[in-house]
Amino acid sequence: MLLELRKVSKSFGAIKAVSDVDLQVDRGEIVGLMGDNGAGKSTMIKLIAGNFPPTSGEIVIDDEVVHFHRPVEARGKGIEVVYQDLALCNNLSAAANVFLGREVKSSIGPIRWLNHPAMYRRAGELFAELKSETRPRDLVRQMSGGQRQAVAIARTRLSDAKLVLMDEPTAAISVRQVAEVLDLIRRLKDSGITVVLISHRMPDVFEVCERVVVMRRGRKVADKPIKESSPEEVTGLITGAIHAA
Amino acid sequence: MTDTAERPVRTNPGSDQAHVAFESVLDVQEKSAYQRFIANQSFWVTVALVAICLAMSWIEPRFATEDNFYNITRNFAFIGIMALGMTPVIITGGIDLSVGSVMGLTAIVSGSILLTETPAWLAGWWPEAAWAHSWWMAVLAGLAAGAIVGFINGMLIAYVGLPPFVVTLGMLAAARAVGVILSGNRMLYDFVPAADGFKIIGGGWNLGLDLPFRLSNPFIILILLTLALALALRMATWGRHIYAVGGNEQAANLTGVPVKRVKVQAYVLCSLSAALAAILSVGWSGSANNSLGATYELLAIASVVIGGANLMGGEGTAFGAFVGAALIFVIRNSLLMAGVDSNWQGIFVGAFIVLAVLLERIRGRRRE
Ligand SMILES: Nc1ncnc2c1ncn2[C@@H]1O[C@H](COP(=O)(O)OP(=O)(O)OP(=O)(O)O)[C@@H](O)[C@H]1O
Ligand SMILES: [Mg+2]
Repeated sequence: MLLELRKVSKSFGAIKAVSDVDLQVDRGEIVGLMGDNGAGKSTMIKLIAGNFPPTSGEIVIDDEVVHFHRPVEARGKGIEVVYQDLALCNNLSAAANVFLGREVKSSIGPIRWLNHPAMYRRAGELFAELKSETRPRDLVRQMSGGQRQAVAIARTRLSDAKLVLMDEPTAAISVRQVAEVLDLIRRLKDSGITVVLISHRMPDVFEVCERVVVMRRGRKVADKPIKESSPEEVTGLITGAIHAA
Repeated sequence: MTDTAERPVRTNPGSDQAHVAFESVLDVQEKSAYQRFIANQSFWVTVALVAICLAMSWIEPRFATEDNFYNITRNFAFIGIMALGMTPVIITGGIDLSVGSVMGLTAIVSGSILLTETPAWLAGWWPEAAWAHSWWMAVLAGLAAGAIVGFINGMLIAYVGLPPFVVTLGMLAAARAVGVILSGNRMLYDFVPAADGFKIIGGGWNLGLDLPFRLSNPFIILILLTLALALALRMATWGRHIYAVGGNEQAANLTGVPVKRVKVQAYVLCSLSAALAAILSVGWSGSANNSLGATYELLAIASVVIGGANLMGGEGTAFGAFVGAALIFVIRNSLLMAGVDSNWQGIFVGAFIVLAVLLERIRGRRRE
């Protein structure tokens, strides 16, 4: 088992954003995470990514209970995240954002400096791989929503991740680019990477995911293979028309 | 379900491709570098600076003399050095109002060490030996005083989470008060002979080298520091992180930028630069006064803002701080030569800051 949540809860003051969620994700799986606005999906992703610790419960990665204090620690364990708000610096270039926190450096002896050409080149390659017309030198401030999303996704391709968490990676992009992102997710799976995909777009989830997990008001109300479910059922689960499955 | 695997229908046929072709023909990188240059506030400040200098040398024969050049560049070096230190702080979205008081405190700390008669607060625990009262010990102690103030500022801002404005406003009062107390509210000038080394650093020229021209040491140090900061901001991971913190602190944190440490470093560096300016200033004038640097925080911040930094964070350059400070001093010098009462200068500096911020707003609005 790559990832396991055991009775994980997270409260923000009086708000219980995630309550008693058990979840198991196997290596190489693609899991769709669905739910209404405020259901607690992003909070769950952030718990796994080490943005904050759970109020109670345990997070297990590779059969080892982890207590992340900072997001970098989760990244060190091979967890990459595309945040819902993308977490980009508007005043920096696309390449600078992709490499933020793990800049490519050159060195002579103890003197180390940023290797701008290498970062521009690699970022360009990543954007090309995503079939995005994002230029590495452009400032994120001047970019379209889709280009921004490409920057956030490109970031996850820098290292050999084990687990990629994507919080609505297709929210702001064109039909053509959605296809590219879904394609990327399939390629990630082929290279043995596990993906948790949050999306409000039913077709995306049914196209690439093998399993769908539905959350409602912080609780997990369904967790089943996609083949045994249907968009109608998932819609019912999200709205509460169907109590649980 | 949608046919996402198929080529989607373009709502705006061909426009994407036309766009790409157009840009590759023009070579978009060249173009945007040029555009960025023109859109750069420091570029226009440089233009204004050159224009004013040309106009002044035409109108006023005393302006373009070697002596006047020597004096202006030295006077603006003190503020320029402070402005350089202020730059990373402002890029992170912070502000440091305490730099003027740090100058006063540093002057007193360095000056006390060089006094013929060891002051009461040092006597008893500070060594009597000659090295403890040498010019380099005075420099080190002054820098240490600055570093401590910057460290306190940085810790309160980064780790306790207090607003920079409040912390450094408090420090403005506190550091000045410490300077006044340590000096017994007297001017320090009766220095040991070893202080000559100290005076040469601030009052000498050409770093002691034999050159065909004459540049004051503070000005040479300013130029070297400008180059160093420009390199650090552009080529070092640290600089990249400074900009990231100012652009989106939360994103920086999520991507593993050590946000708090970077902030503390910025404030320490800022105070250190003020301490260095004070050391040079004391060396030049030959006396240490606890009122040194009063209201200089305004000039330093104004220089940075006029040079194109954004008070909201995320933007600013070393070159901008340099030309910003230069512009303020050339204008001050020009007003003085034109016979304008020096008390009026505050109005010009004040108006300048507001104008610079206004310009930034207008540029910002156009960009959105
Ligand atoms: N940092 C926070 N502080 C306080 N409350 C929070 C915080 N983050 C989330 N919440 C609350 O937790 C609940 C779950 O939020 P979350 O962002 O996880 O929802 P979501 O399922 O991702 O919704 P959406 O589909 O709109 O993105 C909401 O009620 C939200 O207001
Ligand atoms: Mg969300």
